[in-house]
Amino acid sequence: MSPEHLRLELQGITKKFPACIANDQVNFEVKPGEIHALLGENGAGKSTLVKMIYGIMQPDAGQIRWEGKNVQIDNPAMARKLGIGMVFQHFSLFESMSVLENVALGINEKGPLKDLAKRIIEVSEKYGLPLDPMRHIHTLSVGERQRVEIVRCLLQDPRLIIMDEPTSVLTPQEVDKLFVTLRSLREEGCSILYISHKLDEIKALCDRATILRAGKVVGYCDPSQESARSMAQMMVGEEIKIPAKKEGVQAGDDCLVVNNLSMSSGDVFVADLDSVSFSVKSGEIFGIAGVAGNGQNNLLSILAGERLCPDDRSILMNGRSIAHLGPQKRRKLGLAFVPEERLGHGTVPEMSLADNTVLSGHGVSDLVQMGWLRFSKAHALAKKIIEAFDVRTGGSKSEAKSLSGGNLQKFIIGRELLKNPKLLIVAQPTWGVDAGAAAAIHQALMDLRDQGCAILVVSQDLDELFAISDRIAVISNGRLSPARPSHDMSVEQVGLLMGGMFDQVDEWDEDAQR
Amino acid sequence: MIRIEPRLSPSKIMVYGAPLLAVGLTLVAGALLFGALGYSPTRSMYLFFIAPISDSYGLTELFLKATPLTLCAVGLAVGFRGNVWNIGAEGQLTMGAIAAGAIAVTWHDSTSFLLLPIMMMAGVLGGLAWAAIPAFLKTRFHANEILTSLMLTYVASLFLGYLVNGPLRNPEGFNFPESRMFGDAGLMPLLVEGSRLHIGALIALFIVLLAWLIMSRTLIGFQIKVVGLTPLAAHYAGFSPKKIIWMSLLLGGGLAGLAGMFEVAGPIGQLQPVISPGYGFTAIIVAFLGRLHPVGILCAALLVALSYLGGETVQMELSLPLAVTGVFQGMLLFFLLACDVLINFRFVLGSKRKAVP
Amino acid sequence: MIGFEVETLIAILLGVARGATPLVFAAIGELITEKSGVLNLGVEGMMLVGAVSGFITVVVTGSPILGFFAAMLAGALLSSLFAVLVLFLHTNQVASGLSLTIFGIGLSAFFGLGYIGTPIKGLQAIHISGLSDIAIIGPLVFGHDIMVYLAFVLVAATAWFLGKSRWGMILRAVGESHHAAHAIGYPVVAIRFAAILFGGAMCGLAGAYISLIYTPMWAENMTAGRGWIALALVVFATWKPGRALIGAYLFGGVTILQLNVQSLGVDVSAHLMNMLPYIATILVLVLISRDETKIRLNAPACLGKPFRAD
Repeated sequence: MSPEHLRLELQGITKKFPACIANDQVNFEVKPGEIHALLGENGAGKSTLVKMIYGIMQPDAGQIRWEGKNVQIDNPAMARKLGIGMVFQHFSLFESMSVLENVALGINEKGPLKDLAKRIIEVSEKYGLPLDPMRHIHTLSVGERQRVEIVRCLLQDPRLIIMDEPTSVLTPQEVDKLFVTLRSLREEGCSILYISHKLDEIKALCDRATILRAGKVVGYCDPSQESARSMAQMMVGEEIKIPAKKEGVQAGDDCLVVNNLSMSSGDVFVADLDSVSFSVKSGEIFGIAGVAGNGQNNLLSILAGERLCPDDRSILMNGRSIAHLGPQKRRKLGLAFVPEERLGHGTVPEMSLADNTVLSGHGVSDLVQMGWLRFSKAHALAKKIIEAFDVRTGGSKSEAKSLSGGNLQKFIIGRELLKNPKLLIVAQPTWGVDAGAAAAIHQALMDLRDQGCAILVVSQDLDELFAISDRIAVISNGRLSPARPSHDMSVEQVGLLMGGMFDQVDEWDEDAQR
Repeated sequence: MIRIEPRLSPSKIMVYGAPLLAVGLTLVAGALLFGALGYSPTRSMYLFFIAPISDSYGLTELFLKATPLTLCAVGLAVGFRGNVWNIGAEGQLTMGAIAAGAIAVTWHDSTSFLLLPIMMMAGVLGGLAWAAIPAFLKTRFHANEILTSLMLTYVASLFLGYLVNGPLRNPEGFNFPESRMFGDAGLMPLLVEGSRLHIGALIALFIVLLAWLIMSRTLIGFQIKVVGLTPLAAHYAGFSPKKIIWMSLLLGGGLAGLAGMFEVAGPIGQLQPVISPGYGFTAIIVAFLGRLHPVGILCAALLVALSYLGGETVQMELSLPLAVTGVFQGMLLFFLLACDVLINFRFVLGSKRKAVP
Repeated sequence: MIGFEVETLIAILLGVARGATPLVFAAIGELITEKSGVLNLGVEGMMLVGAVSGFITVVVTGSPILGFFAAMLAGALLSSLFAVLVLFLHTNQVASGLSLTIFGIGLSAFFGLGYIGTPIKGLQAIHISGLSDIAIIGPLVFGHDIMVYLAFVLVAATAWFLGKSRWGMILRAVGESHHAAHAIGYPVVAIRFAAILFGGAMCGLAGAYISLIYTPMWAENMTAGRGWIALALVVFATWKPGRALIGAYLFGGVTILQLNVQSLGVDVSAHLMNMLPYIATILVLVLISRDETKIRLNAPACLGKPFRAD
């Protein structure tokens, strides 16, 4: 390998799917020892592109050059042999198996496991990523799981590491640590292909950036020379009107009160809830931040009534206990819920949009009468939602799974909003949604709050929570921190809380008061 | 090279075309099989599929055999829609027959017009009770209903064997393992004189229409579909999966029990060690072949009933084993499953990637 | 008189091994299939096809060894049909497995018709002079047919394969998360295909054991639900080979108990006694399934889920 060769070069890479062209004539290059950003919105084709570099998919046309030579990467083992490693966004780990087994499965060499365990400890210590090879994956936190993936890459002395949205599951402090590791790898001459849509991270870390939009390269830039705004414009293509933050003016009485709620998750792999208390007032947006897997799903399903809580005093809505009520009865009291999983939780993928209005509308509207479905009403309602919330779809007969993520999310939020709820619970309102739809959703939530609805937003996206919430609390390992007004909180504080350092934040406050 | 590609939206043509294609492929494969065994393919196919229904008696036999198949399959299909895999309809049918038969035998000299309705109720309850066991074990202990309902089928048929060899054996029957013949009041009225076709066929038809209405038009049908397609969405909507498990097993069991009652009070007229040539199992094929749709099931039941008659014909004419029927039914289901792929996928000719220099 | 009773007891214990051995083969085959993430409900059908092809081969060639090989081949062939449907055409695994059973029942009855009542010489128990003649211990340890020992070897080999070998680790990984296994480059479909074929071959072997050794004859539906019992055993064993062996011997015991109860002078209807294995299966399933956590920790996470790359 001579230094003048580019590490990786893509020429005219094209990948077509039946529904769309994921990548269209993509060209870009990665130099030795640089951190190269691949920047683009959800659905821009970033993941497809890196899957082809790692040999999981094959391009329909185009050429990949590795260190000056044309290569055809048939499978991940071949990519690893060339010196390419990958850290997946949704980790490629096996929950019930040990760290050691997971690493052994993901590397090419087939030596004895005992030696491998030693090397795992060596490498993980060298890069400040401590790991116990014998622990099982399901006992690890999300951050630790990512470490397993990184160490697995590093064990093969890679010359290019692909990282797909690595920070979306980390606390701000963990992100800082990750960046230290990545920079030291760069010093050693390793190249990193860093995929993200978070502009501030890319400005802080990356040497160069390639920007993808709708499968095409729309520009290259030096992130340090660009403003976040200019990069955003390239990424999105049009100016997005980001709704101006406006705090709720007249927060009213407590609408939802959660008192000392403790409950087992019923699943060995998921954190139990441990005396969670908070309240959401009418006319405010209450945000709950936290890294995925810290008890959010459990909390949400208990609040929505999908799981019932035996303690009758633990959940009150407008002063009356709802702990023993199922989802249907809670809806009748004015509670609406938008779950995180759009397809397969908030909607039935194989059913039409009209049928999907019945899913949360039976019993609270006139879609069902004496046990009989009224199809014309359901279609009318679906059409009304499609119009009011600018849902791009073939019509009320379209299957839910045929909609894009953003449009389906607008449909679901629209469906719940049209019920004029008194309390709205939303999980990850803009996860995987394009910027235009995200802005529309944020605006709709703030409008609803201004009409006096109490809104609970559970999200991993701190930017989102700071942009719309009036108060924020943080969930960590099943415990919820005390809530504070969002303008009184810093990203660093939230980060510490996300890591479970509830005490440190208090000390910090005391320091600040002195 | 041929590869499979997902369609953008499910093919409407294939929803109806796939079963027809499967039937066609089965005919071709069947002809090849007969040919390979040294029989004339055309003659054997004629004997199998056309000869049995070439006269009016054959037609009444077709409807007679389609009746229990339809009843069992409609009940099973509701469960399959809701992801409840009751495969013990054969046992539920047996228990329905036992319950109805026990009443008919006990009051064998009764002439009351009430006897038949009571037997029907007993049949339904017998099947329902037998299906309640897997429902209870599933909802209470999470025990897999496939295995429990199937094990109970063996238990039911052994129980029937025990009864006709013991408590219910005909005291005047020279120790044959059979019950006494039912009295006239305990027999289904015939629809066509000189045939064995009875009014059970009309009741089955009525139940098909009722099931169709329930599945397509009511909230209950909607709930079953949602639970089957996406259990998580059912939680979201507030539908109880336990309720669906109970409902679909009880429904399937009740209808299978009714089918069992129809058999013993219809063509058989007494309790015997074996009362069904596997209707409860074959109903699984019928349910799938009929797209889990009540009306589709009716058509599928007629087709599969024909395979029973055809098997009997080739047994008599070509002295082939009756098991040919099973082979045909198995092939039919396999081809159907394979053809169903065409609804959501299509085959594309050509290589996936272009050559890279 | 004492001597007679000991002999009866020994005969019963030998019978337990004979009742258990087909269950061991079928359960281990299905266990490997399920570990790869595929639920094949066609066990009963594959066993019957194995039973009939083994039987016909022995009638034609006179060689039990060839019979067992033919049975394995037939079982694997039948399972390949299921594999194509499930892995390439992405059909519902439950429905496809049920069809496999229905098809296998029909197919075996069809081909076996001419052989009902044909006598064959079953495979005899091995006899090691000296060892097999030791009182009591001799016949119990050294007096079985070779397949009984093979079943033990198979269980040990499977336990080693799953726990210690690299390929076993890969198999478990594919059953645990097919997406992750695919992402790091393992051929999910090929591995599952192999696991299904192995399962088919073992079920074929199990069927042949029944038609060649357990009751050396052919009768329609002669497996009498043992395929389903083997499926239940896999759950009972929480996907561990050693526990599948224990379970199979427990069931072997129940089966033999049912056969011998009358000879021991208890007057119960044979029909009622014959229910025992099925009722025992239900009880065992209930006992094991009530602990959801245990199942969740041991069941392959992708069991029964279809996989498409991309």
